[in-house]
Amino acid sequence: MSDHQDIEKKEFNITIYTENQVGLLNRIAIIFTRRKINIDSLNTSPSEVESIHRFNIVITESEEVVRKLTRQIEKQVEVLKVYYNTNEDIIWQELALYKVSTDVIAEKVSVERLLRENGARAVVIRKDYTVFETTGHREETDNLISILQPYGLIEFVRSARVAIIKNSEGFNTKLREFERMEPGEEVVENEYLNRGQKVFTM
Amino acid sequence: MEVAQQEILNTPAKETVNITGSAAVLEALIAEGVDTIFGYPGGAIMPIYDALYDYNEKLNHILVRHEQGGIHAGQGYARTSGKVGVVFATSGPGATNLVTGLADAQIDSTPLVCVTGQVFAHLLGTDAFQETDVINITTPVTKWNYQVTDATEIPEIMAKAFYIARSGRPGPVLIDITKNAQIQLFDYEGYMPCNHIRSYRPKPIVRSQYVEQAAALINQAKKPFILFGQGVILGGAEQEFKAFVEKSGIPAAWTVLGAGAIPTSHPLNVGMLGMHGNYGPNVLTNECDVLIAIGMRFDDRVTGRLDKYAKQAQVVHLDIDPAEIDKNVKATVPVWGDCKETLPMLTALIEEKQHTDWVNKFHDYTRQEVEAVIHKELNPTEGEMTMGEVIKQLNDLTNGEAIIVTDVGQHQMVACRYAQFNKTRSNVTSGGLGTMGFALPAAIGAKYGAQDRTVVAIIGDGGFQMTCQELGTIMQSGVDVKIIILNNHFLGMVRQWQELFNSRRYSFVDIESPDFVALAAAYRIPGKSITERVDLQDALKQMLETKGSFLLEVNVLKENNVFPMVPQGCSVSEIRLK
Repeated sequence: MSDHQDIEKKEFNITIYTENQVGLLNRIAIIFTRRKINIDSLNTSPSEVESIHRFNIVITESEEVVRKLTRQIEKQVEVLKVYYNTNEDIIWQELALYKVSTDVIAEKVSVERLLRENGARAVVIRKDYTVFETTGHREETDNLISILQPYGLIEFVRSARVAIIKNSEGFNTKLREFERMEPGEEVVENEYLNRGQKVFTM
Repeated sequence: MEVAQQEILNTPAKETVNITGSAAVLEALIAEGVDTIFGYPGGAIMPIYDALYDYNEKLNHILVRHEQGGIHAGQGYARTSGKVGVVFATSGPGATNLVTGLADAQIDSTPLVCVTGQVFAHLLGTDAFQETDVINITTPVTKWNYQVTDATEIPEIMAKAFYIARSGRPGPVLIDITKNAQIQLFDYEGYMPCNHIRSYRPKPIVRSQYVEQAAALINQAKKPFILFGQGVILGGAEQEFKAFVEKSGIPAAWTVLGAGAIPTSHPLNVGMLGMHGNYGPNVLTNECDVLIAIGMRFDDRVTGRLDKYAKQAQVVHLDIDPAEIDKNVKATVPVWGDCKETLPMLTALIEEKQHTDWVNKFHDYTRQEVEAVIHKELNPTEGEMTMGEVIKQLNDLTNGEAIIVTDVGQHQMVACRYAQFNKTRSNVTSGGLGTMGFALPAAIGAKYGAQDRTVVAIIGDGGFQMTCQELGTIMQSGVDVKIIILNNHFLGMVRQWQELFNSRRYSFVDIESPDFVALAAAYRIPGKSITERVDLQDALKQMLETKGSFLLEVNVLKENNVFPMVPQGCSVSEIRLK
């Protein structure tokens, strides 16, 4: 990775495996806020392992900054492991909800076409309003906003991003290693190892 | 209570004893080998203090005069003893008064366990009397913190607190205990020390391939240079470090907190790094070919301008905290791990060498510095006294065996530059945070942490007035602390910057002081104030020979500057001698 790429800002997805403890969200959040870094998206959820929590955090920063942040996060006592990935490395989704007037929709738009074209579905249809839902990338959820805006979009909300790392084997085996007194080397990865010979040249 | 305690200690696991949460806190302290607590009672921590009444023979509680004094004393204790400092404070203002000390301990990696009282759990979030959100206030300045609302959690949480505070890169831990949990009776199964937390990895795994690469780099180096920090002391690796330095023959310079890891007089100890460090170590940082950083974090006061810092050098960085590698200075070879383990591995692989010409280069710079700065600072023959000559006389009288506790400012830089340290854990100062008011309470703790050693607090006239209420703690506890106030009648370091960089616009640095000797006398502490050079040696002797505490005020040259100096924003090689 060239130095230029290292300092170029782009979207990074930070995945954090943690214990489920009160106060940890603050401990992680202040690592960003102390450096005046805005969190674009933050999601906490259970993970594939019972009792282990998973944070997905999206920020727009350079890789150099992201690398330093991940080390600071991993240093926290209740954090087991932190990964960072670019958008190419992950499968990600965001969910959005749109509330519109049922009358307007019924009068002016072919509802069926709208749903089909945007991969949306109606969650609730009431006399006074209808709520649509779509799941997808940012562009897709944004697209439906612009379509619905002319018909009087009453409310819009989008969820935080959830992401699956493409080449991850999950955390089950890793956790067993962490529970051992002396975990194997593969658990405590060292990014320098991946750089191989580049680390040191005489 | 005596009987109950006896039972606890002899009770095999699983047989339970009914005790209060407060008693469980104190049992934990005893099991962890704690002998001294620095604290101040208050409403929300009263149940713990009530329990303490019965533990008076096992735990020595020092009543401080302010919680900030309590935590700095805890820091001083930890720094000289190598053990975890323990501090008690009540909720609300008691807890918020700890914040400066927590921040200081966090940045200087000092192991502390602070126990704060908290309002009853059912009152949390109701703006109750003396309620404050101490967990969220202290999160950025603690290694770990936790709020206990149920007594059954106490044994495990206290065990975790001590384990986290002292293991890996040490740091402060705060345990906030609600009053109901302190009062609550529960079935106590005995104390189990903690030695593993699955989500916490105190030491990175040592990878021998990096040690080998580091050794190869060091073996081919022509002008290698060692920078060492407090990591050597915290790791208890002084002997391992000395062996490494002596076999490699590499000149070694220290950060402020690394001072004393090897004796000041060691032939390969070439001096202090950083803004007011020595001439050679700063200039030659930008000339060495391999920079070996051990247990230090490249603070901006050490590096000066980062984009002009050691750019020619390949960097070997040994540190226990992976987050420090590449944080400020990129490492060519990162040697992650505890230096107590990695240094012997490295020493085994390096060739025995002497870098005579290279070491002599440091000596050449030393000669220039002696001529331009040191000689007139340490051996003035006319005019007002200098801070440097006080330190020099003190060295001569203590033979470098004393623990020197300093505050923050000019006197701190002068003391660190010129004090002689024969032993490790002898230099106690506020390095990273630069906390004025640190020295007096820290000296009290330092003495409790090393009772057989002489403790001398060197403090400026400004910093002394920030925590001088702790004279009351000295009076009541009878602790033996020698206090030297180097009084230049100014907030000297700020004045120096105003002189050099703000066209002598002395904005609010002209500080008036009380009669320090009379103040000490009010606390029944003997003292003396001197202004003339002829009185210095006798006054220092009197101070050192007095049984118990003594306050010596030395009036020194008002407008004296600390040199050399790397001005802010300049490269280390642009260090000024005047």
